[in-house]
Amino acid sequence: MNIPVRRFDTLILGAGGGGLRAALQLARADAHVAVVSKVFPTRSHTVAAQGGVNAALANVTPDNWHWHMYDTVKGSDYLGDQDAIEYMCRAAAHLVYELEHAGVPFSRLESGRIYQRPFGGQSREFGGAQATRTCAAADRTGHAILHTLYQQNIRARTNFFDEYFAIDLIHDDEGAVLGVLTMDIATGEPLVIEAKTTLIATGGCGQLYRTTTNAHINTGDGMAMALRAGIPLQDMEFFQFHPTGIAGKGMLITEGARGEGGYLVNKDGERFMERYAPNVKDLASRDVVSRAISIEVREGRGCGPNADHVMLKLDHLGSDIVAKRLPGIRDTCKTFMHLDPVDTPIPVFPTAHYAMGGIPTDRFGRVVMPSGDSPEEVVPGLYAAGECACVSVHGANRLGGNSLLDILVFGRAAANDILGFLKNNRYHRPPNQTCIDKAYERFARWEKQGDGESVQAVRADLKKAMEDHCGVFRTEKIMQEGIDVIKAIRARLPDVRLQDQSKVFNTARIEALELENLADIAIATMRSAEARQESRGAHSRIDYPDRDDAHWMKHSLYTLEDDSLDYKPVRTKPMSVETFPPKKRVY
Amino acid sequence: MRFKIYRYNPDVDEEPYMQEFVLEHVKPGMMLREALMELKNQDETLSFRHSCGEGVCGSDGVNINGLNGLACITPVAELTEPVEIRPFPGVPVIRDLVVDMSGFYKQYRSVKPFLIRYDPEPEVENLQSPEERDKLDGLYECILCGCCSTACPSFWWNPDKFPGPSALLQSWRFLADSRDQAMEERLDALDGPYKLFRCHTIMNCAYVCPKGLNPTKAIGHIKALMLKHSV
Ligand SMILES: Cc1cc2nc3c(=O)[nH]c(=O)nc-3n(C[C@H](O)[C@H](O)[C@H](O)COP(=O)(O)OP(=O)(O)OC[C@H]3O[C@@H](n4cnc5c(N)ncnc54)[C@H](O)[C@@H]3O)c2cc1C
Ligand code: SF4
Ligand code: SF4
Ligand code: FES
Repeated sequence: MNIPVRRFDTLILGAGGGGLRAALQLARADAHVAVVSKVFPTRSHTVAAQGGVNAALANVTPDNWHWHMYDTVKGSDYLGDQDAIEYMCRAAAHLVYELEHAGVPFSRLESGRIYQRPFGGQSREFGGAQATRTCAAADRTGHAILHTLYQQNIRARTNFFDEYFAIDLIHDDEGAVLGVLTMDIATGEPLVIEAKTTLIATGGCGQLYRTTTNAHINTGDGMAMALRAGIPLQDMEFFQFHPTGIAGKGMLITEGARGEGGYLVNKDGERFMERYAPNVKDLASRDVVSRAISIEVREGRGCGPNADHVMLKLDHLGSDIVAKRLPGIRDTCKTFMHLDPVDTPIPVFPTAHYAMGGIPTDRFGRVVMPSGDSPEEVVPGLYAAGECACVSVHGANRLGGNSLLDILVFGRAAANDILGFLKNNRYHRPPNQTCIDKAYERFARWEKQGDGESVQAVRADLKKAMEDHCGVFRTEKIMQEGIDVIKAIRARLPDVRLQDQSKVFNTARIEALELENLADIAIATMRSAEARQESRGAHSRIDYPDRDDAHWMKHSLYTLEDDSLDYKPVRTKPMSVETFPPKKRVY
Repeated sequence: MRFKIYRYNPDVDEEPYMQEFVLEHVKPGMMLREALMELKNQDETLSFRHSCGEGVCGSDGVNINGLNGLACITPVAELTEPVEIRPFPGVPVIRDLVVDMSGFYKQYRSVKPFLIRYDPEPEVENLQSPEERDKLDGLYECILCGCCSTACPSFWWNPDKFPGPSALLQSWRFLADSRDQAMEERLDALDGPYKLFRCHTIMNCAYVCPKGLNPTKAIGHIKALMLKHSV
């Protein structure tokens, strides 16, 4: 098979906020950069982010990056790497100002400065009063940022491969990553894109679950590509359930709704968060609020005919605040629930939202994996940033507003490191043909015809299995069953067949490739979760209710090839300040 | 519920045809996107774009009973049967409901849809008053779905020359931004018989915009600014 080849200095997989921020940095430095995305860039899921991006600008209340760092470490339940967290929090203000200069239409304060709102888990003076740190463009911050980054990339004349689907990474005999096999979705034709460096910025994998805030395209493709290239995934057991997805449907109601003064009530009208987080109540960390809602419902205090959700009240805020600060979620409530939050509470329930885990990287965005004696050996030519990566700044639980920050900070950091790499590696290396053939085989396998199960049937079972066996509360028994169920589902994959065999814009084929990716991530997640015998952040075990720092303050690493788990230490030493040692986490 | 859906696959079909589908179970509150996904489970070969499912990504614009709209925020209960779904009018069809939007994107790029400033960058944010910022409401929310431009007769007839309502709305989004410093360039670029004055205020665009935006009004603002500017 002779597959056409295109060559660039540097390749970016993904045109969400992470990929576009990196592309901008590279294009401005005159690197020849290609950006591959399976959807037109502004359709990437960053567009759906609502509440805002964290930076200690101190426009509303006193603030500084060090307090932000403390909150992030505490929020991570002490699993975050403190060097990376320091780096991110220090860079935050500069990156937000840069976005403003690029054109992001942030909401404004009377002073003319960027509007900021309080979000969960934010404090002043290391655990003191509530901070106001989340920079917002109404409740459409992700849309504003993604469009602006795309616009500036148009200006910088970045090369876009829109509606190209990345299938698998290509490397050489020494393991250096040299590009990717893609498919042009419109024609169904394969294309190899070679590059001296490849940055994976393919976003999250919320489609693992049935009810999710994530788009149909969030299938963890980049994570699965890494797994298949022999790279382990880190901390996959930590999956965030957002406390306020619309019950039964999944559309997100931003944490900003509580930041603006909204609060949760149970069927008795009780503001129950007062019991779980006496100090900050509804603005506790997401893991805490999601658990509280689940407990309320489990103990029979849920609302509605099936007592299966709680209510988010905004009706006391007045129509001005809702119209000005939360117009997007108001539209969503009207469209999908036929209710106006100005006068009616919103039914909500914890909903699959965000992968804290992902492809292990250092704070330069370089992909690292254990090799010989070193737990963190750099994979040459390979970078990852954004939700698909695990730096780890979010540890066991991400703070709201920290992901948009993560994608900006580490998208840029990766680009800067890539520029250095390009200086020292002037020439393209020849890729390994067996590796290309193998990637092509995976792609061509879907041309097999005949009777067999449909992609849809397997995908539905997979999502149900993850929901049943890897949800907010977990036990040994449930997860062991989960592993068996997922393995059985994976075993069905070879017998799945496509009825649609045409080449032109074959979305069925795309969904088949995505299903394989989801299946790889599902097993990584189930296995990592089952092994961790403690409760930390988003990983809550009924049989091990406490955090166990002595045994488990370490990152998990799951390898697909031999279905094995390994661990590496948390980086507790920041770049310049003192370590924040683990403490009991109360809000 | 009965559907008639435009089908065309250049790989196998000589010409387009309408295929009938029946959806047995219409769930309460079901949106057209979910219905299309169910129909795709019946016949996997049905192709359409979609992603976010909540009207923010702009992927799933189609023509629904003669009107352009987003499938994901169109409740099927409100549609008359048989529901006729076609690709956007006036643009090339790639397959089924998937159209070639490259002309639309090209027009978007043509209006320089990015903030241009010549002053040195301050070390903090540029200041903008809430009132100045309010002027961007109703403009920046555009999701580039294309519902408006592919409903605009002037865009159908002159897709290469007339930027279309979406691109013009974006042009005004930057003209209206107190931070932008490229008014002259922007207005010069829109001068000429085909750019602005091909809009005959037919209002199709504002009528179909799923985000409730009003390109006609934005075009009016640009025209007024241009007049003022030329005096
Ligand atoms: C509803 C919602 C609201 C949120 N609100 C906030 C918030 O207010 N604040 C905050 O900080 N965070 C928020 N988050 C989280 C945050 O938005 C995301 O984590 C972040 O935007 C991810 O960005 P990304 O660049 O990593 O990926 P994405 O934006 O998801 O982009 C992924 C890109 O990869 C491409 N891609 C994927 N697979 C392939 C493939 N196989 N081939 C080619 N291209 C591929 C896609 O086309 C896309 O361009 C929210 C998340 C959701 C779901
Ligand atoms: S008002 Fe102008 S831009 Fe809008 S549809 Fe009519 S001609 Fe097109
Ligand atoms: S103006 Fe409205 S209809 Fe037109 S592209 Fe933007 S969102 Fe879509
Ligand atoms: S699927 Fe995103 S706008 Fe309809």
